[in-house]
Amino acid sequence: MILHELIDIEILRVIWWALLGVLLIGFALTDGFDLGVGALLPFVGKTDVERRIVINTIGPVWEGNQVWFILGGGAIFAAWPPLYAVSFSGFYLAMFVVLAALILRPVGFKYRSKRDSAAWRSGWDWALFVGGAVPALIFGVAVGNVLQGVPFHLTDNLMPMYDGSFYGKFLGLLNPFALLAGVVSLSMLLMHGAAWLSLKAEDPVKGRALRIGTVAGIVAFVSYALAGVWLAFGIDGYAFAKEAVTDGPANPLYSDVIKGGSWLAAYSARPWITIAPVMGFVGIALAVLGLRAGREVSTLLWSKLGITGIISSVGLTMFPFILPSSKDPNSSLTVWDSSSSHQTLFVMLVMTLIFMPLILAYTAWVYKVLWGKVTEADVTENSHSVY
Amino acid sequence: MELDLVELSRLQFAMTAMYHFLFVPLTLGLSVIVAIMETVYVMTNRPIWRQMTKFWATLFGINFVLGVATGITMEFQFGMNWSYYSHYVGDIFGAPLAVEGLMAFFLEATFVGLMFFGWDKLSNVGHLIVTWLVAIGSNFSALWILIANGWMQNPVGAEFNPLSMRMEMTSFFDVVFNEVAQAKFVHTVSAGYVTASVFVLGVSAWYLLKGRHLELARRSIAVAASFGLMAALSVVILGDESGYSATHSQKMKLAAIEGMWHTEVAPASFTLVGFPDDLARETHYAIHIPAVMGLIGTRSLTKEIPGIAELVENAEARIRTGVIAYDALMKIQALKGAPIPEALQAQFEAHSADLGFAFLLKRYVDDPRDATEHQIALASNDTVPTVWPLFWAFRIMVALGFGFIGTMLYFFYRASFRKMEFPRPALRLAVFMIPAPWIAAELGWFVAEFGRQPWTVDGILPTALSASHLSIADLLITLAGFMIFYSILFVIEMSLMIKYIRKGPYMDVEETNAWTAQHTARLSSADITPAE
Repeated sequence: MILHELIDIEILRVIWWALLGVLLIGFALTDGFDLGVGALLPFVGKTDVERRIVINTIGPVWEGNQVWFILGGGAIFAAWPPLYAVSFSGFYLAMFVVLAALILRPVGFKYRSKRDSAAWRSGWDWALFVGGAVPALIFGVAVGNVLQGVPFHLTDNLMPMYDGSFYGKFLGLLNPFALLAGVVSLSMLLMHGAAWLSLKAEDPVKGRALRIGTVAGIVAFVSYALAGVWLAFGIDGYAFAKEAVTDGPANPLYSDVIKGGSWLAAYSARPWITIAPVMGFVGIALAVLGLRAGREVSTLLWSKLGITGIISSVGLTMFPFILPSSKDPNSSLTVWDSSSSHQTLFVMLVMTLIFMPLILAYTAWVYKVLWGKVTEADVTENSHSVY
Repeated sequence: MELDLVELSRLQFAMTAMYHFLFVPLTLGLSVIVAIMETVYVMTNRPIWRQMTKFWATLFGINFVLGVATGITMEFQFGMNWSYYSHYVGDIFGAPLAVEGLMAFFLEATFVGLMFFGWDKLSNVGHLIVTWLVAIGSNFSALWILIANGWMQNPVGAEFNPLSMRMEMTSFFDVVFNEVAQAKFVHTVSAGYVTASVFVLGVSAWYLLKGRHLELARRSIAVAASFGLMAALSVVILGDESGYSATHSQKMKLAAIEGMWHTEVAPASFTLVGFPDDLARETHYAIHIPAVMGLIGTRSLTKEIPGIAELVENAEARIRTGVIAYDALMKIQALKGAPIPEALQAQFEAHSADLGFAFLLKRYVDDPRDATEHQIALASNDTVPTVWPLFWAFRIMVALGFGFIGTMLYFFYRASFRKMEFPRPALRLAVFMIPAPWIAAELGWFVAEFGRQPWTVDGILPTALSASHLSIADLLITLAGFMIFYSILFVIEMSLMIKYIRKGPYMDVEETNAWTAQHTARLSSADITPAE
C-alpha cells in the first residue's frame, strides 16, 4: 500500500498526538462525570431511594462513557507503542489499583440493586465511591509525575527498565507536586459530577450536589493555579539539545535531550497556547458561578470547557514531549520518536475518521432518548428494570 | 521451585485471560439468543416472547458486566506485564485492539444501557434494533481480538525494522484477512453460541423438571436447540479449518497436539488416544486410525506432515541463520541512526526472517553470537511445547464438541418432531451439561496458547523476552490481588445468577393470562414426560 504516503509522517504524528488528547478529553468529559458521581454518591444521597436516583442518572450511560478510556488505552497501544509499554509497566502498581477500582465500578452499578439487604447496598455504595474517587485521584497523580519525568531508561534494544527500589517506585509516585495534580483532577471531576447531577436529579440530591460542587470547583481553581506557579518555579522542564529529526525512525535513543529550563518556556515560544489555561480558569470560574446559581445545562457546558482547558494545557505545555525520563533524558519519549510506523498511523487515522463520527452520532442519540430528570417515581415504579 | 518473573507473568496472564473467558462466550451467544427472542416478539407481538427476552436479558446482564470489567484487565496487561512485547509488536498488534474499541466496544457499551433502560422510551422496533446492535457489537469485538490473536499465531503482513527495533506493519489487509484469524473468529464465536445454547437449554430443562415456567422453558429450548445445533456443527467444522491452516502456519503446535514425534509416510495416521511421554519422545499405548491425520491436516493423500524431530532440526537451522541476522542487527545498532552500508543492509534482509530464532538463545547466553553448540541444541529443543497436556486437552475438547452436536440434535428432534416432550433423564443430562461448554472453551484457549510456546509471536518473539522487567514482589502483589478480588467477584456473580434463575422470569400476570386464555393447552401442559 502506498496510500499512506499521501500524508507526511510528521503530520500524522502531530495528528495522533492531538487525537490522544481528544480521547483523554473525551474520557474526562463523559466518564469524568461518572467518576465524579461515584465519588459523590455517599454524600449526595442519604436514603436508599436517593442513592438509586444518583446511580440511575448515570446508569444507562456510564458503560459507553467508559469506552473512551478503553479506546484511549487501545489508541496509545496502536499509535504510541513505546508510551504504552513504558507507562503501563512503569506505573505498575498504580495501574493495578486503577484497574481494581475500575472493575469495582461496573460490578457495583449492576449488582447493587440485585439484593434488598441494606448491608449489601451500602457495601456497594462504598465500592462505587472508591471506584470513582481513586481513579480520579490517580490520573492526576500520574500527570503530575509525567511533568516531573519518570525514572526509566531504554536499553539499546529498547527494552524499558525502571530504576529505584520497589517501595521507592510506588511511594515515590506520591510526591507533593503529583499529589497536588491529583487534587486538581479529583476536584475538577467532583465539580463535573455535581454539574451532571444538578442537570439530572431533583432536590434534595440536586441541592447537595450544588453545594459540594461549588466547593470542589473552588478547590479545582485554586489548586490548578498553584500547580501552575509550582511548575514555573519548582519543576525542571525538558528540551532537545539539538534540533530534533521529526520524520525519522521511531527510536527515542536517536535524539539528545537535556533536563533543565522551564516547561513554561513553551508559552513564550508559542504564545497562542495561552488559550488553554485561560479556558481552564474561565470554564471553572463560570461553572462555580453556575453551581451557586443552580443553573443546569450551561453549568455542565462551562465545566466541560474548564476540563478541556486544563487537560490541553498539560499537553500543549509539554509538546513535543510525551513521557520524559528523569534518569536518562535521552530515553524520553516524544512525538517525533515514539509513534507507530507511517502505515499504521495512516490506517488508524482512516479507521478513526470512519468510526468516530458514527460514535458521536449514536452517542448523541442515546443521550437524547434519555434526556430529562431521573425522579423518585422513576426508580420506585420500575424496580426490576433500573438499578 | 524458584520464582521466575516470566513464569509468574505467564501465570497471571493465563489466569486473568481464562477468568475473562468465563464470561465472554455467554455474552457472545446470549446476546444473539436474546435478540432472536425479541425478534420473534416484535414479529408476533406475543407477550410470552417479551417476557422471555427480559428474563434471559437479566441473566445476560449479570454475566455481561463481569466480561466488561475483566476485559479492562486484559487491555492493560499487555503494557503492564509484557512491555517488551508491546514495544516489539505494538505497531501491528495495537491496531486491531484500537479498532475493537472504535467499532465494537462503543457500539455494545453505548446501546447496552438502552437495552435495559429503554423499554419504555423506545418503540418495539427501536428497542429491537438496540438489542441487535448490542449483539453485533459483542461479536465484532470477538472479530478484532481474534485478528490480534491470529497474528500472534501466524504473523503476516509485517516485517522487522532494525532502526526502530520492532516489527512494523506492511499490509493491514493481510493482518485482517489472515486465514488463521478468520478461522479462529468463526470457531470462537460459534463456541460462544454453543455455550449460550447449552446454558439456555440447561436452565430451561431445570424449569421443566421443577414444573415451573413451562411456556417459557419449552420455547427457550426450541430456540436454544436449533441455534445450538447450527453453532455446534459450525464449531467443529471451523475447528477443522483451524487445524488445516495450522498445517502451514504452526507445524510444531500441530505435531505436539497429535503427539507426532516423527514424520510419517503420507497420509499420516491419527492418534485417537495414547500416553505421550515428553522425555522419551514417544507415545505409549497409542491407538492409531490410518490416514485420518493426513486428510485433516493436508486434505491430500500424498503431502507429508512433519514430525517433532524434523521440526527441531529445522529450528536448529533457523537459529544459525538467525544469528547472522542478529550480527547484522548489532552492527546496524552501533551506527546510532547513521546511514547503513548496503552490504550490511543486504546481510540483514537476507536473514531477518529468522531473527526471532536467535533470540531463543538469549535464555542461555547474553549475546547469541557467542552461543556454543550445546546451547544451540538446547534452544532448538525449546521450540517443542510440552506435549502431553496439549494432546489431552485437545482430545477432551473435541469429544465435548461432538457431545454438543449429539445433545443439540436430540433436543432439536424432540422439539420439532415429538411435540416438545422431553424424557426426564434427558432433561437431567441437559442440566448437568451446563458447565461442559466452558470446559471446552477454556481447553481450546489452552491448546491455542500453550501450543504456541515458546513464542509470544510465533517464530518472531520468544515469551522469555517479552515480559516487563518488574520485581518478583510486584508480581506477587498483583497475582494475590487478582486471585482474591476475582474469587470474591466470582462468588458474587454465581450467587446472583443462581438467585435470578431460582426467582424465574418476572411475569406481567395480566399480559400472560390474556395470551394463555386464547391458546391451546399443549404448551401449558404440566406433563412433561412422553405420552406412551
